[in-house]
Amino acid sequence: MTDHEPNSSPADHSSADSPPEWTVKSEANDTTLVVRGRWTIDDGATLSIPAGALTPSHAAAATQTLHVDVSGLGQWDSSLVSFLWTVKQAAAKANMAFDLAQLPDGVQRLFALLPAEPEPPAKHQQRPFAPLQTTGIIALDTLQEVGALTELGAETARGSIKALSGHGGMRLRDLFVNIFDAGPSALLIVSVVNFLIGAILAFVGAVQLRKFSADMYVANLVGIACVRELSAVMTAIIMAGRTGGAYAARIATMLGNEEIDALRVFGIPVSSYILLPSILSLMLMMPLLYLYGCGMSIIGGYVVATGMLPDVTGAGYLNQTLGAIDLHQFEFGFAKSIVFAIMIGLTSCQIGLSAGRSAADVGTAATRAVVVGIVGVIALDAVFAVIANILDI
Amino acid sequence: MADGQTRETARKPEDDALLSLRDITIGYGTKVIQSDVSLDVRRGSIFAIMGGSGCGKSTILRSMVGLLRPMSGKYSVDGDDYWSGPDSHRTALNRRFGVLFQSGALWSSMTVGENISLPLEMFTRLNKDMIRHLVEMKLGLVGLSHAIDLYPSEISGGMCKRAGLARAMALDPDVLFFDEPSAGLDPVTSARLDDLILTLRDGLGATIIIVSHELPSLFAIADDGIFLDARTKKPIAHGSPRDLRDHCTDPQVHAFMNREARTEPAGADTARKGQNANGK
Ligand SMILES: Nc1ncnc2c1ncn2[C@@H]1O[C@H](COP(=O)(O)OP(=O)(O)OP(=O)(O)O)[C@@H](O)[C@H]1O
Ligand SMILES: [Mg+2]
Repeated sequence: MTDHEPNSSPADHSSADSPPEWTVKSEANDTTLVVRGRWTIDDGATLSIPAGALTPSHAAAATQTLHVDVSGLGQWDSSLVSFLWTVKQAAAKANMAFDLAQLPDGVQRLFALLPAEPEPPAKHQQRPFAPLQTTGIIALDTLQEVGALTELGAETARGSIKALSGHGGMRLRDLFVNIFDAGPSALLIVSVVNFLIGAILAFVGAVQLRKFSADMYVANLVGIACVRELSAVMTAIIMAGRTGGAYAARIATMLGNEEIDALRVFGIPVSSYILLPSILSLMLMMPLLYLYGCGMSIIGGYVVATGMLPDVTGAGYLNQTLGAIDLHQFEFGFAKSIVFAIMIGLTSCQIGLSAGRSAADVGTAATRAVVVGIVGVIALDAVFAVIANILDI
Repeated sequence: MADGQTRETARKPEDDALLSLRDITIGYGTKVIQSDVSLDVRRGSIFAIMGGSGCGKSTILRSMVGLLRPMSGKYSVDGDDYWSGPDSHRTALNRRFGVLFQSGALWSSMTVGENISLPLEMFTRLNKDMIRHLVEMKLGLVGLSHAIDLYPSEISGGMCKRAGLARAMALDPDVLFFDEPSAGLDPVTSARLDDLILTLRDGLGATIIIVSHELPSLFAIADDGIFLDARTKKPIAHGSPRDLRDHCTDPQVHAFMNREARTEPAGADTARKGQNANGK
């Protein structure tokens, strides 16, 4: 045999360097598969034998043997093994014996490791397409999720009572780390967004109100809109994107690393140990960020109004603002931001806890937490608006 | 004591069994991973769960510590039905357990030392100093006392495993579950680990359930065990690894225990024969 080592035989040089090709020769009782050329993936080798290429020459009673002629074979790699594997399966189907003896030693050894044919792939647990059923399942899942969320909330509340009474599971250091993450680190982005919101409102308001010579009322517009609605909502949306996504990703990662399992086995309650510091820090920081955001948006309005409107003086603007907003409005916004914080904290933790265990699942969980957080904030705000209207606050 | 030959006979509950599984079927969703698993772990024994990769050893272990409810069957701890009653019942029983997960599962936001001190802070009335001493001691047992202030991301995979082991021992549990404790360890450390496991059993009277592929260590320490099969999704042999090695007739168990390459597929056999027939 000359071809145990690729490119070993100078006599075969011409055919050993040619592109890969194969032919099937049928004789009386034997079929021979001739494989020639450089049989590598880069040379565009065939990776499987077409169906029907192997047919027993006659309706032979005796089993035929399929030989392989490799005298013209040059360099080869796994593409040859792949091709021959399909040949072997085809031969088995055509009821032929497959003679490996002529093959290069390496191919024979790889063949010894391969099963007779590919094993049937394990199936995902996939739901068949059935719109009605799917809708039902989604509805039930949503209900279940709401139930889980409520349960989580109750558990966390119980945990916080325990923590207050001194023997809870929360570590103060975790709380401080979370507070720093949710509070001071978010100051810059909260400032920028709220400043711009105030400025934009002032621009729009100034153009319209000038028509009525009501320039001074820009201060009312900016003050009331921001204190009642926009600062609370914008700050909550920022926190949903920044902190909610991070919580979900962190908890989903812990789940994948079996860290949550380790907590459960020890009997350390996940609610008080992981959720409580997260949710509590958001609850403490969000109202403060809201107040800060109000200040920034009023400054934004101030800068634009005093710059754009000749009749508005700095002192006059501030005076007008103070007259427009009263404490009730702050209380309303303050209460809203606490509710937003609880909602964002709970949903993002719940999404993290119900995530899968792979890296892709962590990404999905983070995205879901952000989307649910933002939609939730806006929906809750609408509910608040309706309630305020009914109660005439 | 069970040996390799008794697997066909129905297994009766043993009186001194600390943990006992009866006809447990376990799986994820509707997918069954293992069925008809029955085993008894005697008090103070080292019990090995063996089988090929992916056959469900970790899954069984997870169900034994309450992380996965079996689809059917009965699991009792010290005669107490584990899965009956509220969560608090399981939490109370789990207080006797220590678990080393296959991945180590250290809490990544805490240092190695804090990982071990957290359970101590939560469940004991020891003061900070005493806890620090205990943590140093436990880490010393696994050869890691220098890593006390490092974070899990700063230590190697084998070190994570050993730190996880120290954490499993934190509360001096009487039942320890180890999922591949010696995977990723060098032979010397691995041998030290065997010593440690034997000491835990002999010195502290712990009962140990171990999932391992490390044959020398299994032969050295385990005195009972079960062999799970991935294809039939059932246990195929009961007995200590030594007995299984010497007496079990099942070809798969035999191959595993004697570290032979996988029993060859039919195709490869005919290939060899073809070769011989051709007189090569
Ligand atoms: N979360 C899961 N959801 C669905 N199937 C799973 C899940 N985890 C594991 N499996 C499946 O369960 C089977 C058993 O997994 P398990 O981790 O128990 O194996 P193992 O015996 O511990 O293997 P190894 O020795 O490689 O650790 C595997 O075939 C795997 O596909
Ligand atoms: Mg495993």
